[in-house]
Amino acid sequence: MSTLHEFLSRWAGPARWVGLGGAVLVMVAAFLPWAYLPAALDNVTYYGEPSILQWLGFALGFVTAACLVASPILAAKASPRTRRLLNLNRGATAAATASLVYQAIAAIAVALELGGLITLEPGAWLGVVGAAVAALATRALHAGSDARLRYLPTPAWAQILGIVVVLALVLVAAAYGLGLEDPGAFVAFGTFCGLAAWVLARVGIMGWISAAAAANRSALVLASFVVAFVFPFTQNGSDANMSIAAGVLIFAATAMGLNIVVGLAGLLDLGYIAFLGAGAFTAATLSESAFATLGWHPPFPIVMLIAGCVSALLGLLIGSPTLRVSGDYLAIVTLAFGEIFRITMNNLDGSDGPNITRGSNGIPAIPNLDVFGFNFGESHVIAGFDIGRFANYYWLLLLVLALIIVVFVNLNKSRIGRGWVAIREDERAAEAMGVNVFGLKLLAFAGGAFLAGVAGSVKAHVDVSVTPDQYVFMESAFLVAGIVLGGMGTVGGVLVGAAILKLLPEKLRFFEDYRLLLFGLLLIVMMRFRPEGLLPDQRRQLEFHAEDDELAEEADAQALPDLATAGAALSATKEDRA
Amino acid sequence: MLEVKDLAVSYGRVQAVKGISFTVEQGQIVSLLGTNGAGKTTTLRTISGLLRPTSGEVLFEGKRIDTVPAHQIVTLGIAHSPEGRRLFPRMSVEDNLLLGAYTRRDAAGIREDLDRAYALFPVLGERRGQAAGLFSGGEQQMLAIARAMMSRPRLLMLDEPSMGLSPIMTTTIMNTIAELKASGTTILLVEQNAQAALALSDRGYVLEVGAITLSDTGAALLEDDRVRRTYLGVD
Repeated sequence: MSTLHEFLSRWAGPARWVGLGGAVLVMVAAFLPWAYLPAALDNVTYYGEPSILQWLGFALGFVTAACLVASPILAAKASPRTRRLLNLNRGATAAATASLVYQAIAAIAVALELGGLITLEPGAWLGVVGAAVAALATRALHAGSDARLRYLPTPAWAQILGIVVVLALVLVAAAYGLGLEDPGAFVAFGTFCGLAAWVLARVGIMGWISAAAAANRSALVLASFVVAFVFPFTQNGSDANMSIAAGVLIFAATAMGLNIVVGLAGLLDLGYIAFLGAGAFTAATLSESAFATLGWHPPFPIVMLIAGCVSALLGLLIGSPTLRVSGDYLAIVTLAFGEIFRITMNNLDGSDGPNITRGSNGIPAIPNLDVFGFNFGESHVIAGFDIGRFANYYWLLLLVLALIIVVFVNLNKSRIGRGWVAIREDERAAEAMGVNVFGLKLLAFAGGAFLAGVAGSVKAHVDVSVTPDQYVFMESAFLVAGIVLGGMGTVGGVLVGAAILKLLPEKLRFFEDYRLLLFGLLLIVMMRFRPEGLLPDQRRQLEFHAEDDELAEEADAQALPDLATAGAALSATKEDRA
Repeated sequence: MLEVKDLAVSYGRVQAVKGISFTVEQGQIVSLLGTNGAGKTTTLRTISGLLRPTSGEVLFEGKRIDTVPAHQIVTLGIAHSPEGRRLFPRMSVEDNLLLGAYTRRDAAGIREDLDRAYALFPVLGERRGQAAGLFSGGEQQMLAIARAMMSRPRLLMLDEPSMGLSPIMTTTIMNTIAELKASGTTILLVEQNAQAALALSDRGYVLEVGAITLSDTGAALLEDDRVRRTYLGVD
């Protein structure tokens, strides 16, 4: 790799022109057909009329070319300070590599969907070849140092504008992506979104955005909430997509609750889904379903509270004996607990004991919520937009998620949160500081369980029926995977991780059989290249990466005189003895 | 202030401390000396409630504390800066200090003590937002002491504060300990660096394989032949 780079870097000058040529080929390819038949990638068969996915390919080629052209101009004309704001060479390399990945995935998707490479039209080939040329040539460019755009002093309004633009793009991308029926098109688009974020990070723009986000927390939170709130209006009353979105929110809310247990307190809970299930079963048995086994039907807000308490109680019950064991043992015990819960729910069918859950049949026909005269099952028209059943639940779930996030953030900042982090870092030292280790662990466990129970009570009504087989071990594993993928102990990261893990299987039904294999691979790749998660804690990341080298140098510089004096002291004692 | 009576502690079948007794008077610095495995750290961990004695008593200000859980002992007024410093390396300096004050609820008083810690150790104040693990050994020791002081203890127990430090840093830390004494804190010090510890101490106890073999004032122990031979490397 490095010898290849050395070889290439001798050709940095010509490489720029070769790379530019490759980028132009990629752009031209967008105007040529990619596939022989319209069935693949939402029809990419026209001459001169690129589809949206082809325009995205064009965009990557264009960014490559723009970076290649602008980089020498910037180097020649701009002051050294301005020049260092962006890293256009890195941007060119990233954009060209992204182009290659994107074109290749598009070509593979076409070939798979239509049956063989023979179905690829010249545009697809030209795109792959052009991108490959550009990707190889741009490797010869001088990589340079990190872009400094993140340190550029920016007025608050510009930062907020940046946040709003980014979130608007996220909304448009989410609306468009959810609307894609074709699996190949969905994969290609999803890949494009990931690649685009990566290219922006390499150029230095992502750094600016995260700095802006860090400086304007409340604006970010407000804007995110508004974007999430208006999302149903982009779906033209499509209940299919809104049901997926509601599923994502349930998953995210549960993951956020687990984030307290795993991310803050550091307790690996592999049976967390049981608490969601306990909440769902509680809500189901208290609902007005004809199959509900209890005759009591309190109003839903109270059911929510009861569901939370039942889960919390279960948390205390399982936590008080097991939280004295730590690490791997806790994982094993909670894993077993998750299974015990599922089997118990299966067995509470009245054949040998009380009938509470109706066994493996579960409790079906749970009616829609009717809170304060608002029926969640009815469609509405708001400002000309159709708002269906799932959109109603989506908003309710958004509220629940917001509540859980508020709890999480406040706990994280509080004295209790600090105690949890201390336990996670070093349990014995925390104990020596006067942290009530067992008590705090139990609180994390029961608190997390309470939040899952609340989420479960809504889930029961969204899903209409509650059965034990919805709460299997794999679901717990996915929750943990979502947290690890996004960034343990963060809010944004866990939301992103949960969205990815829930969205992919919903949209990609065809790879159901390989789902676990792919997630396994995804996690391995993550652990290798970005162990801190997709959106890690900003402060912690800084402490781990940015300052390491600088501090190591400083420490070395200080250590040298220390050694010198130590040496002098040693020789002095020797002389004394002599 | 602190009275340890016939204290015995075991790890399973291995008896680490075999019935030792000593006292720490208000305002004193008392040192426990001895080689590795003599039982010094075990003694401190038992006083702070992290270990339970098999027999014997620990009395603090006249009350028995050997059955009190660890997290309540801090509230009683004993702070323990454990062996190897045991900072929270990935948390910031400020968070480490705030954890030292975990048992306290008076926000204003904590703020005041934070400022005092930063005044005592300016290097901590300058880099209060940085992760504790990025500091040098001496700076980490300062942080460990500052963190222990954040609970406003009446008795401060320090386990090998000079471990792994350069001679200059050791001197700095020992001067800090003397300052803490001057400001009214009682200190129970565990050290392998007998010279440095005894020079500060009002009283010293020498532990060998779990039992106290010598005890005297610090100055007297510094002159004692056996101490000089075994711990000070003087023939």
